[in-house]
Amino acid sequence: MKTTYKVAITIAIIALVVASAFAYQYLENSATAQKVTLNGAGSTFIFPLVDKWAAEYHKIKPNVQINYQGIGSGGGIQQHIEKTVYFAGTDAPLTAAQAAKAPNTLHIPITIGGVVVIYNLPGIGKGLKFTGEILAEIYLGKITKWNDARLAAINPGISLPDQPITVVHRSDGSGTTFIWTSFLSDFSPEWKETVGRGTSVNWPTGIGGKGSDGVTALVQQTPYSIGYVEFTYAMVNNLTYGYVQNAAGEFIEPSIESIAKAAQYAAITLPRGDASWSNVSIVDSLANNTQAHGAYPITSFSYIIVYKELNVLPNMNEATAKALVDFLWWAVHDGQNYAPGLYYVPLPSNVVANDEQTIRMITFNGQQLHK
Amino acid sequence: MKISQKVFPFFCNLNIKFILQLNHFKGDDIFKLVSALVASSIFLLLGLMVYELVKGSWLSIQTFGLNFIVGTKWDPAVSKVFGALPLILGTLVTSAIALLIGIPISLGVGLALSEYMPKKFGLAVSFLVELLAAVPSVIYGLWGIFVLIPFLRNHVYPYLQTAFGFIPIFSGPIYGGGVLTGGIVLAIMIIPTVSAVMRDLFLTVPNSQREAMIALGATKWETTKTVISYARSGVIGAIILGLARAVGETMAITMVIGNKFQVWPSSLFDAWYTMAAIIANELLEATYDLYISALINVGLVLLFVALIINILARLIVWRTLRFTRGIARE
Repeated sequence: MKTTYKVAITIAIIALVVASAFAYQYLENSATAQKVTLNGAGSTFIFPLVDKWAAEYHKIKPNVQINYQGIGSGGGIQQHIEKTVYFAGTDAPLTAAQAAKAPNTLHIPITIGGVVVIYNLPGIGKGLKFTGEILAEIYLGKITKWNDARLAAINPGISLPDQPITVVHRSDGSGTTFIWTSFLSDFSPEWKETVGRGTSVNWPTGIGGKGSDGVTALVQQTPYSIGYVEFTYAMVNNLTYGYVQNAAGEFIEPSIESIAKAAQYAAITLPRGDASWSNVSIVDSLANNTQAHGAYPITSFSYIIVYKELNVLPNMNEATAKALVDFLWWAVHDGQNYAPGLYYVPLPSNVVANDEQTIRMITFNGQQLHK
Repeated sequence: MKISQKVFPFFCNLNIKFILQLNHFKGDDIFKLVSALVASSIFLLLGLMVYELVKGSWLSIQTFGLNFIVGTKWDPAVSKVFGALPLILGTLVTSAIALLIGIPISLGVGLALSEYMPKKFGLAVSFLVELLAAVPSVIYGLWGIFVLIPFLRNHVYPYLQTAFGFIPIFSGPIYGGGVLTGGIVLAIMIIPTVSAVMRDLFLTVPNSQREAMIALGATKWETTKTVISYARSGVIGAIILGLARAVGETMAITMVIGNKFQVWPSSLFDAWYTMAAIIANELLEATYDLYISALINVGLVLLFVALIINILARLIVWRTLRFTRGIARE
């Protein structure tokens, strides 16, 4: 009998706790009926920035909760196609095939990323100069020694060691690799034909590290190695990076200014938000632009993609749609102020103007949401 | 208070009735039914897994057929051709290295704990061993990158190369990460599980066996050999358990193997790739259907490799059982 009572008491307590939890949730829900949660997913690159925005925006609009999951651009696009998120983050614009599966998708460039060359040469600091051709040759396995004549010719005064180059690349599929291989494709016909551009490619040489941290660890531990990581990551971790030649012939140090400049030049030819963006690439547009002075050539937009007509999403209502549009408007304006602190590159004014136009296109049941 | 006064008698009545009704004759039937259900869920799970894998990889199977298994090219960007042979070889070889290093150590740990160490010390050590088995694999990977790789590259591999450099597998550039490093990390990961199982196995060997050997004038080592022989089929089972873990290991191996897609590495120090690693690396950002399908196809191949290993192991266990039946088990 005693045990039975104990069991009964335990069950009663558990029941009480569960009941009160439900009651609390019910009370909370009814108290803040207009509470809105904006679900997004995608690019891991923009995650720290969006996370910061979520926190800051919640301070301004306490009823809006932004829930962004960094699951990778590919996953974000997939969820966008399946309409399971309200907005998705991606480092590459939708391909024609993807766009066909998600008609009426708007592209909103939200921040700018750069890819920097990092290396480990004992005794040599930052600022080693590279060109697209030389980097392609190194990654093709054609230039195998650091004291190669072509590399030495553009780096006068630096005594390059007679050591084999250990090439390091990302092993995981990544937007960074896409930008990097796009750049190499633009400057080397051989790279374009044999390796191509992609989130993962068939690397002719080198070893692969998983993630930016994997690449960085390999480069830092292996003397005479070369690798590539996101600009943000290189800055935060204080890595030794090189300068890269642009089409104007200048060797450019990657910086917030030089990357923003690249976006500014590219933005002149940006399409409308609801047009096809599959060919938009800052890297490509800069590869032929001999007038792009001061622009860092390995640069790319990261996007938030949304549907033009939000009523295609299940569970969408006008209040949520309005909250989403307000947040996007805030992100491309005030939100940009938080970018430099995290080593993200704020959007130049002509890109913001393009984004404004795009955000104005968003509707719910045909009603324009931002006026 | 009022509620509890009402609730308590209700529960008591229910309990007593329940126990009276079900005791003895019905309890067994219910337990039988429940355990049968639980057991059959394994079939369901495996069936579902195979179904999903085949469905997901159908596009790749249609496109490449058997060429997928013998193909040596993995090019998602230009030609869009996928072949998994290097991955299969990489998985098998790194697992074999892991067994080569891990099994003698595990056997030693198991024997030491069960046969040689004082009971209390053995208990303490086996507690630590079991604790190691619970360390997540990503921790092993991080430790591999930041501790093991620099150590091996600076203090082990150069000496290995000077001593054995004339053998091709010990020549070539040293990155730190690579085939051998991958094998070592896998070995470290399987040792806790395998040695814990082995210790338990040796402890189940009846003392009469040991006493009989000692009575016959056998040395400690001869007695120990009998213990191993008695537990032989279980030892093979433990090795298979380790092999299964090594073949399917993903995170740690991805972080240390160097992820280089090639049919055969130039040396033990060269980088390579495994099936699990490429799935972990590329699935998240796979951008088109055939690519995703090819990665799922790798998963299917991995499942079959595991299946074949298990069947082979079963066969070995059966053979040794038949072989030893007259000797160790009377």
